[in-house]
Amino acid sequence: MNSIISTRFLNLYYNEFHALKGITMDIQPNTVAALIGPSGCGKSTFLRLFNRMNDLIDGVKITGDVLVNGKDIYADVLDVVELRRTVGMVFQKPNPFPKSIFENVAYGMRVNGITDNQYIAEKVEESLRQAALWDEVKDKLKKSAFEISGGQQQRLCIARALAIEPKILLMDEPASALDPISSAKIEELIWELKKDYTIMIVTHNLQQAGRVSDTTAFFYLGELVEYGDTKEIFTQPKDKKTQNYITGRFG
Amino acid sequence: MIKFADNRASKQRKENLAFLTFRIMSYFVVVILAVIILFLLYNGARVISWDFITAMPAEGMTKGGIFPAIVGTLCLVAGSMVFAFPVGVLSAIYINEYAKDGLFKRFVKLMTNNLAGIPSIVFGLFGMSLFVNTLGFGDSILSGSLTLGLLTLPVVIRTTEEALRSVDNSFRQGSLALGATKLQTIRKVVLPISFPNIITGLILSIGRVSGETAPILFTVAAYFLPKLPHSIFDQVMALPYHLYVISTSGTNIEESRPMAYGTALVLIAFVLIMNIIANLLRRYFSKKVKMN
Ligand SMILES: Nc1ncnc2c1ncn2[C@@H]1O[C@H](COP(=O)(O)OP(=O)(O)OP(=O)(O)O)[C@@H](O)[C@H]1O
Ligand SMILES: [Mg+2]
Repeated sequence: MNSIISTRFLNLYYNEFHALKGITMDIQPNTVAALIGPSGCGKSTFLRLFNRMNDLIDGVKITGDVLVNGKDIYADVLDVVELRRTVGMVFQKPNPFPKSIFENVAYGMRVNGITDNQYIAEKVEESLRQAALWDEVKDKLKKSAFEISGGQQQRLCIARALAIEPKILLMDEPASALDPISSAKIEELIWELKKDYTIMIVTHNLQQAGRVSDTTAFFYLGELVEYGDTKEIFTQPKDKKTQNYITGRFG
Repeated sequence: MIKFADNRASKQRKENLAFLTFRIMSYFVVVILAVIILFLLYNGARVISWDFITAMPAEGMTKGGIFPAIVGTLCLVAGSMVFAFPVGVLSAIYINEYAKDGLFKRFVKLMTNNLAGIPSIVFGLFGMSLFVNTLGFGDSILSGSLTLGLLTLPVVIRTTEEALRSVDNSFRQGSLALGATKLQTIRKVVLPISFPNIITGLILSIGRVSGETAPILFTVAAYFLPKLPHSIFDQVMALPYHLYVISTSGTNIEESRPMAYGTALVLIAFVLIMNIIANLLRRYFSKKVKMN
């Protein structure tokens, strides 16, 4: 097994509150892992471990190991900026910058020291194509990113993340604020991206988890209750709690 | 079934009364402002002329213009901003973006708030002691600017801090998640977004600085100096102090009275123009931020 992401006996505390409890989990490269579970069970917290976004919150304490590509990403020597370049993130609420569409996608390249404008322009187009947005915005790249719809903004944020060629993509309910058509576009996109990326996606939409993911992890009150092949989790869950959640008996 | 008391009429009456009270109060404010301006116009408008603005004072300040005072005030405003703007903005960035919530941050905030509450005459006294005497800058533009800068520093810090705080955290997270450093995030995302509000705060504090008398009293202001400054170590006249002088201790107070009103008009016009510029700039930059 050479998993690209793993955690070992991982605990996370928000001050006194024990939000993630002894989680051990492995994710294989070029797969999509869905994180499901009732609200407040720790899915977003878990996702934020892998690009160290939890660092921004005061009072967070972590024990155990988080490995990305076999490297302990909480080691003192680790460069967080470099980590975040290889582990991209798409947030629940679309959060484009108040800049032009073009500059939104170019931003990640610029802050990472790329100055070749030719390359940037090509990469912007490529990323927008990958995110299935190019045709809709190719004539208004100079327009403000605020002038496109919420669904388009979310795909713009995906393009923005792809433009710096991360290895891993973290998506926190990327489609929750979107209409069914935009949502379907994003699901298709996830399928496409799997070739080049490893993806972790948080979702409250179980059908969506079933459609897009290879593996599914069910969290409950900060614990990883069950983790395995999506098909198995959805058809023959081993744990009673998983079964109850899948069948909609609580959540 | 609940039975609601049928008191619609009395409710309506109370509503009306409340609205009327609010409306009268707001009219009151407008009327006061209008009276002040009309009063100044009535008394001062006739001395306003091209000469008044561009000429030196003459004949014991009963004739001539207020040119050196205008130039002096402009120098002081510029000087104080050169000092207060970078210091204020940088410390606001530190407080809001870097300092962790804790004792130190609360302490710094408490101090800036207290600084804002200190009477301006105390700043004047402090400026005289530190800049004029201890540091040996003498009565000069430099001493006056630094004193005024200190006075307005808390305002700059507070407005900048508010401007930074109003930037949604999701922008910062989005930037950091793309591998931007904290400094890049501040420079390329946070500051451009908050820039319109920072500028507004700055210009409003310019308005305030231009009208202050007490801080310049012992640090720079000249009673009568009919020439322009050559360096930052020169003394200057200034509009608010000039106004004070010709209305209380001129050679002929009655005769220089219209000059005093004229000076007040110029001062008010300056502040007003600053406010208008602030608004225009804010609009211009908020549009620009979205496009850029
Ligand atoms: N910044 C924080 N400070 C303190 N506690 C927090 C913080 N963020 C989350 N928590 C707590 O940690 C737990 C897990 O939160 P998290 O946001 O990870 O849940 P989630 O599974 O993503 O929920 P949802 O589906 O509603 O997004 C919750 O009980 C929450 O109250
Ligand atoms: Mg969440």
